[in-house]
Amino acid sequence: MENWKQNPRVFWTLGIPPSLWLLAFFIIPLGFLFVMSFSDKAMVDGQVSITGYDYLTGFTNYIRAFDSLYLGIMWKSVWISALATALCLLTAYPIAFGICFAKDKWKPLLLLLVVLPFWINLLIRTYALIAVFRTQGYLNKILGWVGLGPYEMLYNNFAVVFGLVYVYMPFMVLPLYATIERLDKSYLEASLDLGGSQFQTFMRVTVPLTMPGIISGIILVFIPCLGSFLTPDLLGGANALMIGNVIERQFKAANDWPFGSALSFLLMYATFGALALRYLFTLRSKGVDV
Amino acid sequence: MSDSIVSIRNVTKAFPGGVTAVDNVSLDIAQNEFFALLGPSGCGKTTLLRMISGLETPTGGQIIIGGEDMAYTPPNKRPTNMVFQSYAVFPHMTVEQNVGYGLKVTGVASDEIKRRVGEALEMVKLTALAKRKPDQMSGGQRQRVALARALVKRPKVLLLDEPLSALDAKLRDDMRMELTRLQETVGITFIIVTHDQDEALSMASRIAVMDRGAVQQVATPTELYEQPKTRFVADFIGKVNLIEARVHRQIGRKIDCELKGVGRMELASDNLVGGQVAVAVRPEKLKIATSEPSTAIRVQGKVRDVAYYGDTSHVVIEAADGLDLSVNVQNDTRLGGSGVERGQSVWVSWASEDSIVLTE
Amino acid sequence: MAAQLKPGQGPLDYGSRTWLKVLFAAIFFVLYAPIITLVAFSFNTDKRGVVWRGFTLDNYTKAWNNASLIEALTNSLVIAVIATVIATVLGALTALLMWRFRFPFKGAYEGFMALPIVIPEICMGVALLLFFVSSGMMGLFVALPWPLNLGNIIFAHVTFCFPFVAVVVRSRLVGFNRQLEEASKDLGASEWQTFWSIIVPFMKPGLIAGALLAFTLSLDDFVITFFTSGPETVTFPVKVYSLVRRGVSPEINAASTVLIVITVVATVLAMKLQAPPKADKG
Repeated sequence: MENWKQNPRVFWTLGIPPSLWLLAFFIIPLGFLFVMSFSDKAMVDGQVSITGYDYLTGFTNYIRAFDSLYLGIMWKSVWISALATALCLLTAYPIAFGICFAKDKWKPLLLLLVVLPFWINLLIRTYALIAVFRTQGYLNKILGWVGLGPYEMLYNNFAVVFGLVYVYMPFMVLPLYATIERLDKSYLEASLDLGGSQFQTFMRVTVPLTMPGIISGIILVFIPCLGSFLTPDLLGGANALMIGNVIERQFKAANDWPFGSALSFLLMYATFGALALRYLFTLRSKGVDV
Repeated sequence: MSDSIVSIRNVTKAFPGGVTAVDNVSLDIAQNEFFALLGPSGCGKTTLLRMISGLETPTGGQIIIGGEDMAYTPPNKRPTNMVFQSYAVFPHMTVEQNVGYGLKVTGVASDEIKRRVGEALEMVKLTALAKRKPDQMSGGQRQRVALARALVKRPKVLLLDEPLSALDAKLRDDMRMELTRLQETVGITFIIVTHDQDEALSMASRIAVMDRGAVQQVATPTELYEQPKTRFVADFIGKVNLIEARVHRQIGRKIDCELKGVGRMELASDNLVGGQVAVAVRPEKLKIATSEPSTAIRVQGKVRDVAYYGDTSHVVIEAADGLDLSVNVQNDTRLGGSGVERGQSVWVSWASEDSIVLTE
Repeated sequence: MAAQLKPGQGPLDYGSRTWLKVLFAAIFFVLYAPIITLVAFSFNTDKRGVVWRGFTLDNYTKAWNNASLIEALTNSLVIAVIATVIATVLGALTALLMWRFRFPFKGAYEGFMALPIVIPEICMGVALLLFFVSSGMMGLFVALPWPLNLGNIIFAHVTFCFPFVAVVVRSRLVGFNRQLEEASKDLGASEWQTFWSIIVPFMKPGLIAGALLAFTLSLDDFVITFFTSGPETVTFPVKVYSLVRRGVSPEINAASTVLIVITVVATVLAMKLQAPPKADKG
């Protein structure tokens, strides 16, 4: 790896286009959003203007965001995401574990099978669940054959959580698989040899040694869940609003862009908060005292 | 044998696809022995060790440990403990926690754990490093942690997988002495697996030489070296000259045979079988002389190569019929070297009782 | 007596344990059943799609004849192709930069490059919407003829795609033996020649994998496109969304199946190319 000074021409040729692009189409738009979050809709002739804004008027939007209504929605988004993430972990770990210990020739196929659904459009997968969960859907039909139901499985928290787990679980398998695969199996053998049961080996050796993968997986799922919009929109109906839906509403139906901007930034701060926690954890596990 | 701590009876490990790692092996290992499984890579020695530990199971046969058939018992229920080749010291635990692990998971009281861990660390001289984490320790230190961790459990049998292979020469010698001393102090059976014959010969009281899944010979180091039973054993342990010979007839406990490149002679032989045999002679048993000696066995030849190793020289002499003889010469004078040079015409001789007749 | 192992089975042979196989089967079933049902029912004659009435390709014909659906699909494909090309170039430049140079604040720059991947899509979507509208770009592009009116969406897609391409290409570059580059220069090649003859061929699988990744990401994207598209510039996922809002219908199933097939093919190709190079036969 060379120092950039050794070849400035190549350095700038490589570096400028992507950086300019990100600046123009990422940083600056976020900057606009930031400014808008501190602004208000302009008043024109005593009426609230549709497209005019008074910029940088203060913290009104943020204060409003902490109003109990929105606070409630934010809190709900957090716990729905947390629940979905936990369930993802509980289903993804055995899968990742099982693939690691499967016969070598099966591994790539199994991995592909697990990850493939993830590559199918989110919208389509969520739509597929509607057909399964609605009152005249497949699940109720099958339950009907044994005389159960019909149950209301759509347009509630259950559907949203299930939908999130369904959509994001394959995403968690990959980092878990990568970490478990790299785990030196002789640690597990040593634990068994020393008298540990399968359960003890799992809790005392496997889990601690795969913790970095677990944390990665958690972050990888929690953040998109927190910011998800499509799943609660299609599966949650009016009962299961998450913060993503509220933001969308501000920018479309309600036309309150300043408020929407503030909410967006709060969501981003929550995301960064989660990442910071993960970074702290990584530091601590490396022995640095944090 | 009633006092064998480990009895392996007709153990086979076959894999689907036709590969047989261990082929109908039977062994008896006595209590308090320092036993070695020796052989080239792929001979099945590690598989056999792992089957004793329970990390693998045989496809047939019995493994009797302390009087009970444990062939299919899970490893955590066996009175054996293993020191892994990579040591497998848990990276997320301190030395203390590592050593105490086996006691903790089997429900030993914490003050007793503390006491026994202390003793074990003393035994391997790691008391000062008790609170250290493995990534801050050297390979040799980690090995001692692995040893302490296994010994603290007071197993009936301690299994060691290639214990010296990852160490450099000086550490290897130290550890070799350490292991021998430990075995005598602690008084439990040690079974080691190694591909290095020096390790096996210098540490073990009995060695099983394995090749391609089968046991070739089980004997003490001296017996293996001086009385090998097969060509493989003769060749694997130390250096050897193997001379093809045809048996003409048997006379009592001797055979009348013709050695290729040497001549006709009568040799004592336990294997009273006719036909084609190999006669093995160790290089240090051969003597080089510049003039014809008066011994019964003498061969004339030309020096093809002299390799100087400081304390000894290996001299290769080309004799008749394509026979090459390797001789180990002590360089017993400071400035004399081996005493011969390339191209020189010499006589090689040896005593008839130094010839070992091998039929396999 | 403790539970015994079976002959030939080791304590860590989890792959052969029954409970694991059952768990796998159950999870795979739950994972795939909705999708397979969706695909299967795209061939169903029944309008409300719950009971199987008969096999038909009518839904596909209807979808094909649905002009707005086809237009949306075309838009999606055009956007995906153009965005992929630009994203691959930018991603490759970034990957080369990070692989080759040390520079102050490199860590911060890496974080900066990772932001589009990390930030919730909805935040990026609304930020871009705001930017395009405020800067007048929205108004500007929408007035242009097709395909230029897709410009805003293309800019948006490139922005969130190229960091992914950078990651993929960079992981490929990590395996590059620098000595090949040095040998080339030693033999007299210039920087530029070395780049094209030695480095680019090595990067190729990474570039293709990255391009396929960008293609699927762009084709599949809903959230960001939802905010940056307009009534004249609808993409396939956005169009399907508006249909879904109106209810379940086999036509949507057909349209979805088409998208699934395109995505799956592209993904499998990308994964095949991502596989580490097998040891050279020779």
